[in-house]
Amino acid sequence: MDKPYNNRAWFLVIPVFLLVAISAIIPIMTVVNYSVQDTFGNNQFFWAGTEWFEDVLRSERFWDALGRNLMFSAIILIIEIPLGIAIALTMPKKGIWVPVCLVLMALPLLIPWNVVGTIWQIFGRSDIGLLGYTLDNLGMDYNYASDVFDAWATIILMDVWHWTSLVVLLCYAGLVSIPEAYYQAAKIDGASKWAVFRFIQLPKMRGVLIIAFLLRFMDSFMIYTEPFVLTGGGPGNSTTFMSIDLVKQAVGQFDLGPAAAMSLVYQLMVLTVCYVFFTVMSNVGVDKVDGRVED
Amino acid sequence: MASITLDKLAHSYLSNPKTDADFALKEIDYEWQDGGAYALLGPSGCGKTTLLNIISGLLVPSKGQIKFNGQDVTHLQPEERNIAQVFQFPVIYDTMTVRQNLAFPLINRRVPKDEISKRVNEMIKVLDLSDKADRKARGLTADEKQKISLGRGLVRYDVNAILFDEPLTVIDPHMKWQLRTKLKEIHRQLGHTMIYVTHDQTEALTFADKVVVMYEGEVVQIGTPEELFDKPAHTFVGYFIGSPGMNVLPCRIAGSTASVGNTTIELAHAYNVSGAKTELGIRPEFVYLSAGKNGIPVRIDGVENIGRFKIVRANLEGHAINAVLREGEAVPADPAVKFETKRINVYENSHLVRAGG
Repeated sequence: MDKPYNNRAWFLVIPVFLLVAISAIIPIMTVVNYSVQDTFGNNQFFWAGTEWFEDVLRSERFWDALGRNLMFSAIILIIEIPLGIAIALTMPKKGIWVPVCLVLMALPLLIPWNVVGTIWQIFGRSDIGLLGYTLDNLGMDYNYASDVFDAWATIILMDVWHWTSLVVLLCYAGLVSIPEAYYQAAKIDGASKWAVFRFIQLPKMRGVLIIAFLLRFMDSFMIYTEPFVLTGGGPGNSTTFMSIDLVKQAVGQFDLGPAAAMSLVYQLMVLTVCYVFFTVMSNVGVDKVDGRVED
Repeated sequence: MASITLDKLAHSYLSNPKTDADFALKEIDYEWQDGGAYALLGPSGCGKTTLLNIISGLLVPSKGQIKFNGQDVTHLQPEERNIAQVFQFPVIYDTMTVRQNLAFPLINRRVPKDEISKRVNEMIKVLDLSDKADRKARGLTADEKQKISLGRGLVRYDVNAILFDEPLTVIDPHMKWQLRTKLKEIHRQLGHTMIYVTHDQTEALTFADKVVVMYEGEVVQIGTPEELFDKPAHTFVGYFIGSPGMNVLPCRIAGSTASVGNTTIELAHAYNVSGAKTELGIRPEFVYLSAGKNGIPVRIDGVENIGRFKIVRANLEGHAINAVLREGEAVPADPAVKFETKRINVYENSHLVRAGG
């Protein structure tokens, strides 16, 4: 059979192509363009090669920011995952309290990032904020704007408040999907509460936990708005995460070259995480059925 | 191993049941013999799973007592009753190997280590899982998983009874037969009291020595497969067991004759019935189809050929009636039916009436 040739089909692709070009390709290529050139103003550009990339990878500032990012992600994961599991385990499985709990859990997730930042910024102030005022009156010298530990503690607390719900909801979904027969069988087998958790609930939550872990890792790795609103990266550079640093460089100092190089490196990292996320996701729940012997 | 006594047992899911209809399980009094193989048979929602859960201890009955070997266990937890249960869907511990799965109930009961490995090895042999013993249980097929669920009960030598809750539902048809044979074999080998819940009559009749037929929360008949076939105690039993089920025709009875519409049918015995709601029951296997005037004329609505025999769907004075035609027998042009007189059962208010009674 002859293949019909009809190049008019290309017209159908044009809208999508235009959209992708405007939304993704052109901006990214602009950044790539900046990252390999230098400018002294006047809209004159000179070829700079890999200079900016070398600079970024050698700069202490970059590694410090990356370190802060990783530390932040690690801390919130260590807190949010176990806490989320614990809360999900205590939530009712049926009855009128289920919707109440679910709505309460979903509430923090519905609040926009910058609002969360603002809420905690006010909440933590020692003159008008409940948290700051209370802590100060209890004799603690709490000030997130001047104390590094206080700033970190506040940001972590804020993130835990904002995002533990996500882990809870995912774990809860995993838990309610366990058929009643498992619990009955465990009862008959004489399993302890811990054994039920260890051998039934935890394995059955494995899939959703991987999703929760990766989502929270990726999201916290890209954190920007909340610390920006709360501390603006301070005190000093102590809460300057990569994204905040990037904005400082690009918009504050107008160092387009280094900023572009840094954002590309940053993007590469996020892409890598996304790739891992995607790969793991598509393998979750796929039970390898081996040894299916037909006899 | 134990005998199980149900002493005036009844259960309602409502907190304050008033009428009979509030009970998911109506009062039942029965004793299950030690080492017997029983089946609980009935359609969905007839209360058979409720009864099973009461025996296993997952549910506390609202009335009556349950006894193992004469000892009251009504309020004991499942783990204290020492029973095993196999569920509809295979329950295995995903992260453990087959061996660890089988050892789990023993570890929980703090059985000494070498005793555990001895019993587990034995069980692996009984279940034919030797080549898969050290594999993760999650990768196995449904029937193998179901064997593991069974094995977890059997490794405890002293289980009082093994309960099966429709264990073959998710098993491939060609494996069902094998697994059922395995169950029978294990029953013969180990002699546990086994109670098997199902809505599949073939499974019930082939597995059990005695079948308990349930209908709307009530035990309507307990008997051997033969008894259920020959003398169904309730029209429901006649209808539910056998394929196709028993023909049930509303009729009037006077002495030893029954009349369906304008047709009179001779009975083997005289029956004394008050005449509330009387019916005739006759299995399609004992309805003979012939040509001509020699019988009761019927109209034929359809014929289903199912291989070794045909089912003739006929109509007798407005009532549907099925007959079985052997292979090679032709459907007559002007059909008439004859009933085998000895095989006719009489029902009053759906319950069997004994002759002369």
